[in-house]
Amino acid sequence: MIRLNNIHKSYVMGNSSLHVLKGIDLHIEQGDFVSIMGSSGSGKSTLLNILGMLDNYDNGSYHLSGNLIANMSEKKAAKLRNELVGFVFQSFNLISFKNAMENVALPLYYKGVPRKTRNLIAMEYLEKLGLKDWANHMPNEMSGGQKQRVAIARALISKPKIILADEPTGALDSTTSYEVMDILREINDDGITVIIVTHEHDIAAMTSQIIRLNDGRIHEIIRNGELKQFQKSYIHGLETA
Amino acid sequence: MFDLDLWTEIVSALKKNRLRSFMTAFGVFWGIFMLIIMSGAGKALENGVLDGVKAFATNSAFFWTERTSVPYAGFQRGRRWNYENTDIYYIREKVKEVEYLSPRLFGWQQNGDNTIRGERTGAFNVFGDYPDYFKIDRWTPIKGRLINEIDILQERKVCVIGERVLEVMFAKDEDPIGQYLKISGVYFQVVGVIHAETRINIGGGKKEETIIIPFSTMQKAYNYGNVVHFFSVTSKKGTKVSDLEVKLKKILKERHKVAPEDLQAIGSFNIEKEFVKFSALFLGIQVLTWIVGIGTLLAGVIGVSNIMLVIIKERTQEIGIQRAIGATPGTVIKHIVAESVFLTVMAGYIGLSLGVGVLEILNQILLKAEGEMFFRNPEVNLTMALSALAVLVVAGIIAGLIPAKRAVSIKPIDAIRDEG
Repeated sequence: MIRLNNIHKSYVMGNSSLHVLKGIDLHIEQGDFVSIMGSSGSGKSTLLNILGMLDNYDNGSYHLSGNLIANMSEKKAAKLRNELVGFVFQSFNLISFKNAMENVALPLYYKGVPRKTRNLIAMEYLEKLGLKDWANHMPNEMSGGQKQRVAIARALISKPKIILADEPTGALDSTTSYEVMDILREINDDGITVIIVTHEHDIAAMTSQIIRLNDGRIHEIIRNGELKQFQKSYIHGLETA
Repeated sequence: MFDLDLWTEIVSALKKNRLRSFMTAFGVFWGIFMLIIMSGAGKALENGVLDGVKAFATNSAFFWTERTSVPYAGFQRGRRWNYENTDIYYIREKVKEVEYLSPRLFGWQQNGDNTIRGERTGAFNVFGDYPDYFKIDRWTPIKGRLINEIDILQERKVCVIGERVLEVMFAKDEDPIGQYLKISGVYFQVVGVIHAETRINIGGGKKEETIIIPFSTMQKAYNYGNVVHFFSVTSKKGTKVSDLEVKLKKILKERHKVAPEDLQAIGSFNIEKEFVKFSALFLGIQVLTWIVGIGTLLAGVIGVSNIMLVIIKERTQEIGIQRAIGATPGTVIKHIVAESVFLTVMAGYIGLSLGVGVLEILNQILLKAEGEMFFRNPEVNLTMALSALAVLVVAGIIAGLIPAKRAVSIKPIDAIRDEG
């Protein structure tokens, strides 16, 4: 599904260059539920952007669904993004002057789906996420959790293979965070690969695979047995807290 | 191809940002509105001034005689003299540059009532003219006909009368054609009622109070002999009437023993000169209108571009999001440009319509106002209006394209992170 080979990425800031990703090798299968963790500056957001084709990489290779993602025109990248990837952001990033339904329907607009059809589909997704009654509300009339659910609906409407979530719970309180995580879990159960970036251990503990980044390299990948351990300690930590 | 979805998107985006859209549109609206108003007003001034003269042949010149001011060939200064029929024949024969030539005799009005019909009397301007005269200073027959060549040849006692003459000398509903008027003791049959197309007046008096009779009849019936008081000429195409005027003056001076250096003896007037002055004036007004109008329009366009730039800056994040969820750079550019063009064109169209509307209201008011107006019939050149609109569309495209290009050159992720 996702295959990263020795990915390097530097940001050039004037004269100095910042080497953010220093050779990432990663393999994510269809249907995985992955979290990327790391301290700030470890390159986790950069990695997510490269995975989502929002940013390009300098060296290495990235295959997504069998396509080599390199030197693509913006147009092609936009098309692939639209087909394969759904984004969920920390700050929701809804279009402020469109109501919930229109926001959800937007990706279909770029696909050229007629208005009536796409609004109908948008309503279906809102209903799935329990927001049917909020369809005609503007983003500023909704709570953070609701906004994030709208954003998730928007990410899902184009039936992507991957959901990329950048700190999806970063702006939410813990109860809402867990609700959002439950939704992402359900999505994952439907077979969609979900990759989230987070720095919260309890959130990461809900995923089935944790990739720890440190200074632009993969520090460790926690899965299976080790994950149980990880989960135990963090969920336990939460319970006692 | 019409893309309803695109337009729904644009209209909804504009609607949701009312103030912004309004401010953008207003600059353009104001620019085109002012351009229309100003050019309409300029045109109205031109129409007002030129209306009375535009039917007049612009290549015409007029000649009359004055007392001489230089002694010459045995004559003292201060001699009174007249043109004669032979001058007219000579010019007609020898001066090929002349297109129309119409000698004229002036009648008398100052003697009080000169026209009698039964119990009705009136004081009118009586002129003896050639048919060519109607080609220089245009008159239209309302009833009957104008004076023609046969009237001249046969020295018929016929006349054409102005509208005021008809009013005074005839009862309402009375048909004047075929009736007789006694003009200074001689009976003339009315063959036409005529309407003056110009307000240029030769010989004084109001044009509605004119009676025109054949030149030859007038010479004979009132004992003028060979005398010609006045004549009008027009120049053929390719000859400037000013040059013709100089040439004719020289010929006439030679024929009447007037000193070549005598500047006073031949009175003349040349419409072309006056027209050149007028034309220069109106050209000036037009140029001014265009400079100010284009300036205003440009200010509007710059305003639009400026606001578009700010808007795009404001919308960087929105654009980033759109691109993250699948909008291609082309789609984004198309949207922004379409938005900008839509705004400018709508604003331009409203400005255009409102400007034309205001001019039309002005026109109605002016039409109701009585009397001589130096401001009439304000009108807008359609070509100008359309080209102004075209300028706006192009400006709208550019105004949208530059910021749009900039917006899509930013990576989507930077755009989303943009906190500004």
